[in-house]
Amino acid sequence: MFKRLDTNKKSAIPAVTIHFEGRAIAAWRGDTVAGALLAAGITYFRRSAISGTERGPYCLMGACFDCLVEIDGAPNQQACLRVVQEGMRVARQDGAVALDVRPIGTKDTVA
Amino acid sequence: MKTYDADVAVIGAGPAGMAAAMELAARGIAVTVFDENSAPGGQIYRAIDAVAGERPATAGLLGPDYLHGRTLTATFPAFAVDYRPSAAVWQVEGDGSLGYTQDGRARVMRARFIVVATGALERPVPVPGWTLPGVMTAGAAQLALKTADLVPEGPVVLAGNGPLLLLVAGQLADAGTPIAAVLETTGPADYLAAVPFLPRALRAPEYLKKGLAMRARLRRARVPVLGGVKSFAIEEAGPAKAVTYLRHGRKATVTASLVLLHVGVVPNTQITRQAGCAHDWYAPQRYWRPRTDAWGRTSIASLFVAGDGAAIEGALAAECSGRLSAIEIAHAMGRLGQEERDIAAEPIRRVYARHSAPRAMLDALFRPPPAVIAPALDDVVVCRCEEITVAAIRQAVAVGCLGPNQLKSYARPGMGPCQGRMCGLTVAEVIAAERGVAVSDVGYFRIRPPIKPLTIGELAALEDAGGME
Repeated sequence: MFKRLDTNKKSAIPAVTIHFEGRAIAAWRGDTVAGALLAAGITYFRRSAISGTERGPYCLMGACFDCLVEIDGAPNQQACLRVVQEGMRVARQDGAVALDVRPIGTKDTVA
Repeated sequence: MKTYDADVAVIGAGPAGMAAAMELAARGIAVTVFDENSAPGGQIYRAIDAVAGERPATAGLLGPDYLHGRTLTATFPAFAVDYRPSAAVWQVEGDGSLGYTQDGRARVMRARFIVVATGALERPVPVPGWTLPGVMTAGAAQLALKTADLVPEGPVVLAGNGPLLLLVAGQLADAGTPIAAVLETTGPADYLAAVPFLPRALRAPEYLKKGLAMRARLRRARVPVLGGVKSFAIEEAGPAKAVTYLRHGRKATVTASLVLLHVGVVPNTQITRQAGCAHDWYAPQRYWRPRTDAWGRTSIASLFVAGDGAAIEGALAAECSGRLSAIEIAHAMGRLGQEERDIAAEPIRRVYARHSAPRAMLDALFRPPPAVIAPALDDVVVCRCEEITVAAIRQAVAVGCLGPNQLKSYARPGMGPCQGRMCGLTVAEVIAAERGVAVSDVGYFRIRPPIKPLTIGELAALEDAGGME
């Protein structure tokens, strides 16, 4: 769907590696997660919580909330606003987020 | 809370926000700027420092209007401003308290004055198929280029109306993107409607020249620009998308791998609505805008709006707007007498008047296309988050639902993560059409905090003695 412009000197921009559902993706420093995923040919970022339909980014400016992904275990991250960091683990958000409910008194391991 | 953490909090580091902050800081006023992106520039000048510094070919494509942003971002760091990038503001109150999240921690601060400079949103384009992957806004394609050097592989179809649609088409054409068609809703009736406003628009002829240059650029690139399109719909066609459009009484179809939609921009009123400001309906462009005085002060005395968030007037007008709000705040704080204030404002108002001069003509020429903004087909998705269709809204009205807030209980539009940013205007248009009343009588969603995601953990760990009410 998208490709990088080939007319800038790519070597001038440091590379950052992120992981998407087990696959290593070469991103550029300064990329948003959405930009890195689109550059890697990923067309949809989540399955809707209502019908499971595939959804991809729409506005790329933080307004539509269609680009929600899981980043390093945290759900509901707007991929268009988060900047790539080395080693980041990104995954599609599949439907609604499941709450990790534990009985009172159990140590809460959610960050 | 009795103490203030800053004199002024500015929300948004686009042209209005940066101009306001620099004007305040230059007058020795303590200002904190919050912005949810990692670098200043807002959306219009998004990634400007990276592009200007490292990506000259991209800078060339985006052009001098974009590069103008460097006059702001290059000087902004030199000012005594407490700048908070990657900070999301989730609540604003009339007493000056502001809740925000930065680095995963929620905090509350309080300022004597708040300047909301969160700009505009692209108006929703509720056509069949608009929720498919591979359908985005024209602005999104431009942001993909700004932030990540991405261009569509093509072929692309652009559809809708407005200067941004034509600008993005031209930029993509210059980048070598195959453009199958630009489906423009602007037609003879729109040109006619714009004529009375032409004399005033000629006070700033550069805007008209730019418009003509955009069209010439597309003609040179042999991009088919089809005007007078009444409506369009998108369907999956294997791996691609088929865009069917109605024009001159006939239906035709064009295929694309990416569809870019745009029918104008509207003020982002999430914060002003959540804070409880009064809003007025602006009929020529069918949007709500916060009620402001000549300085950008809202119906809440300590809350100002500057830039496109007050009314759509463009990036250069936004700089003027930000500076005027700053000057009035300096006056309200006793740093400037009334006469000094007016003397300082006078040259800014002249520039502001120039940049606002073409607005009435542009608003008439690029009137929101009725068939697009008030969808008539039952199965068009209105609320993207909750997947609520036109049919569901009509059914609710049939059993007595009068407005958007009641509709939330009937059918849930506006209750998803986007909080009505993508459906608020459309919901009102559909209800108004069903009820046979004016859209302005139907009103808008009540917006409740948090207006950006906030976890229970962040809220519970909120570091503040007073907290938010």
